[in-house]
Amino acid sequence: MSKIRSKSLRESYDLKPGDFNTERKPTWCLGCGNYGIWNSLKKTFVKLKLMPHEILIVYGTGCSGNGTNFIRTYAFHSLHGRALPVATGAKLANHKLNVLIMGGDDDGVGIGGNHFIHTCRRNIDMTYILHNNRVYGLTTGQTVPTSDRGFKTKSTPSGVLERPINPVSLALICGATFAARGFSGDTGHLLDIMKKAIKHKGFSFIEVLQPCVTFNKINTYDFYRDRIYKLEELKDYDGSNLHEAIKKSMEEERIPIGIFYEIERPTYEDGLKQIERKPLVDHMIADIDINRLLNRFY
Amino acid sequence: MKVSNISWKIGGETGFGIVSTGTIFSKIFAKKGYFVVDNNEYPSLIRGGHNTFTVRVSSNEIFSIDKDINILVALNEETIRLHQEEVTYGGYIIYDENNGDITEIKKARKDINYIMVPFSKIIAELGVPPVMTNNVSLGASVALLNYDLEVLRNIIRDIFGRKGPEVVSSNIKSAEFGYKYIKEKLKINAYELEIVKPVSKMLLTGNDAVFLGAVRSGCKFYAAYPMTPSTSILESFASAENDYNIVTKHAEDEVAVINMAIGASFAGVRAMVATSGGGFSLMNEGLGSAALTETPLVIILCQRPAPATGLPTWSEQGDMLFAIHASHGEFLRVVMAPGDPEECFYLTGKAFNIADTYQIPVIVMLDKYLSENHFSYERLDFKNITVDRGKLLIRSKDIGTGYKRYLNTEDGVSPRVVIGVEGGVHIANSDEHDEQGYSEDGAFNRKIMVDKRFRKIKKLIEEIPPPRIYGPIDAEITIWSWGSCKGPILEAMNILNQKEKKVNLIHFTYLYPFDGESIEGIIGKSNKNVVVENNKTSQLAKIIMMNTGHRMKNKILKYSGRQFLPCEIVNGIEQIE
Repeated sequence: MSKIRSKSLRESYDLKPGDFNTERKPTWCLGCGNYGIWNSLKKTFVKLKLMPHEILIVYGTGCSGNGTNFIRTYAFHSLHGRALPVATGAKLANHKLNVLIMGGDDDGVGIGGNHFIHTCRRNIDMTYILHNNRVYGLTTGQTVPTSDRGFKTKSTPSGVLERPINPVSLALICGATFAARGFSGDTGHLLDIMKKAIKHKGFSFIEVLQPCVTFNKINTYDFYRDRIYKLEELKDYDGSNLHEAIKKSMEEERIPIGIFYEIERPTYEDGLKQIERKPLVDHMIADIDINRLLNRFY
Repeated sequence: MKVSNISWKIGGETGFGIVSTGTIFSKIFAKKGYFVVDNNEYPSLIRGGHNTFTVRVSSNEIFSIDKDINILVALNEETIRLHQEEVTYGGYIIYDENNGDITEIKKARKDINYIMVPFSKIIAELGVPPVMTNNVSLGASVALLNYDLEVLRNIIRDIFGRKGPEVVSSNIKSAEFGYKYIKEKLKINAYELEIVKPVSKMLLTGNDAVFLGAVRSGCKFYAAYPMTPSTSILESFASAENDYNIVTKHAEDEVAVINMAIGASFAGVRAMVATSGGGFSLMNEGLGSAALTETPLVIILCQRPAPATGLPTWSEQGDMLFAIHASHGEFLRVVMAPGDPEECFYLTGKAFNIADTYQIPVIVMLDKYLSENHFSYERLDFKNITVDRGKLLIRSKDIGTGYKRYLNTEDGVSPRVVIGVEGGVHIANSDEHDEQGYSEDGAFNRKIMVDKRFRKIKKLIEEIPPPRIYGPIDAEITIWSWGSCKGPILEAMNILNQKEKKVNLIHFTYLYPFDGESIEGIIGKSNKNVVVENNKTSQLAKIIMMNTGHRMKNKILKYSGRQFLPCEIVNGIEQIE
């Protein structure tokens, strides 16, 4: 089952979460939900016995994207909304890499919405962690597509007129083979989801409910603590039933967290004969014979 | 009549198989060693509308089609009305009277021959589908040219062989009928081409050549979104991906296309994208990302008349200044514009090496005319394309300690590591960053990094060849041009220089960086300068002005969505005082 691309059978693995720190100290606000995600992720890497060079994280732009500077792995800090296609290209070039994507809510379902839809249906073996704080942080507090109707922000002083997008429901409808929701205030639970997501063969999606302590005074830690419950506490929840998962993901009064859905389906890479033997990046290209191709043009 | 070259045109409704018929006509002559250039003109729709395919065949080297047509195959009446004025004195029009009464139309041209071939009756008699009209017309054309029918038979076998013997036999039967109809029934003997050395030539479009050059260069990841006239590159890559270990990705939009290619290139493979102006507009954002992260990337830009959807299936050189300035901010890139498929092949190879060596984006500009029309060549020598990946580190032991992705080196190029290699962990950052890749907005650092990236130009500019000069050095008039205008200009020069040393050509295949100093020197030496471009605002004249301060006064411009014909350039030159 496990498809982790590491020499994880290594006995001598002795990295600690702190070994995934860089020389830079996080610049997030005190109490920011990003700290919870950051800590859970580093612990996840240790639990999975991954080395920094075995991981590529592609970041979007925003407060989550600034995380580029604080986690020591191979990293690409891409443009706002474009992390998914960059990650896709990198994964197809070298499918031996463990590829993760970190981005904000608007990065994923706003400006990058088209990429989100298509990446879900492709089922490329990557893990996408969407930080949902339901507001723009880095541009100091405007509405995003996950903000509630009526939410008052600097760009919507009379309140948002649109209904919010539910990232987990969208991921499910678009074909993600693993869809979960975590809460940055419950790092143990989040760590467990991250571990399973990275182990999942195929596209795994995690929405992390992440309070923005500076610009969102509605969706606070207390707001979530009052509302969330864990799917694994339900006795008869079937995580392989798509319709049930979609229905569950749309609950609003109380907010379920945990793994909504997980199935195994052939990945995009499974369909590519040309990478069956080895990754594209391992091919010698110094003197490719194109005689057969030239013959086509007579 | 013995001739050294002939021009043939077929016209009819789109969806009648005009392109494949025209391509077969080109092939039957290239196969026997003739020089061939063709030109496919079609509207942006699948059925209906007017479609033509022109082929010029010669026993001497040729560079473009021209206006005069020797044989016009008219599959409908409209073709006669639209094109009979192009038929040369004494030329031929093949038509079927069942497609409409042309008694009145014929009166306009008493100097040409109208040959009635009853296509529809023949088709009915043979009991073959109407699309076989094309083969009847090919057989008839071969007969008019006293050419070898067996060559046509062989090509039909090649092309339709996989569809089974029945399809082959009805195609051949139709071609033979057309041939015999001219030879035996009408007994017409129109032209005969001079014999050439029978060494088969390849037929390549610019897009074919780009594709071949890219595969030879080791391009392993190709992403695209279909857009005329770039689409055939996507189809070629898809057809070769298993044999050559390439991933071809038809992505959701051009924004995804360029970012996927950036991701693949970042991971360590050679990556390429192709599009037309509209898609390139969407790619502008990603172009800057490739530049700031110093990720090598090759972008093929097949121009078409714009703005907006414009004329999707026609030709124009309207995007030069756009390519040179595309994306926000200031950064180094290379812009190339090959003039024919052979240059497309070798420059694509060069584009990959420059992208890798300098870790910058390289844009190669074609246009519809170059992308989709065939030119004949002797077999390309692919060994002339070599692979240079620059400062790419693929093994841990080459990295050393304290690796810095954006090390501030003397030549501005920092060693790059293939992702996943132990000891090379780093950040590629589209935020301004320090040497290690960490986001950094300090004033001092900003200046250092901007200077580092621009310092690459010193070595780069030495690698860029000056524009090539064609024709006599001491000509009276010097034509300045770029990209696909090369062919029609060379043809025009042949005509103009028959008697005296009248014209030469300075042809740019590299548009940017622009070496103003050396160009200034060339301008000073020429007598009279004229810029020839397939656009409205003379963009080459603008970059010359920008970089040398010299204003080019004489311009021959065409922006009707069609490439120049040589005769138009001859006329333009003759009008210059």
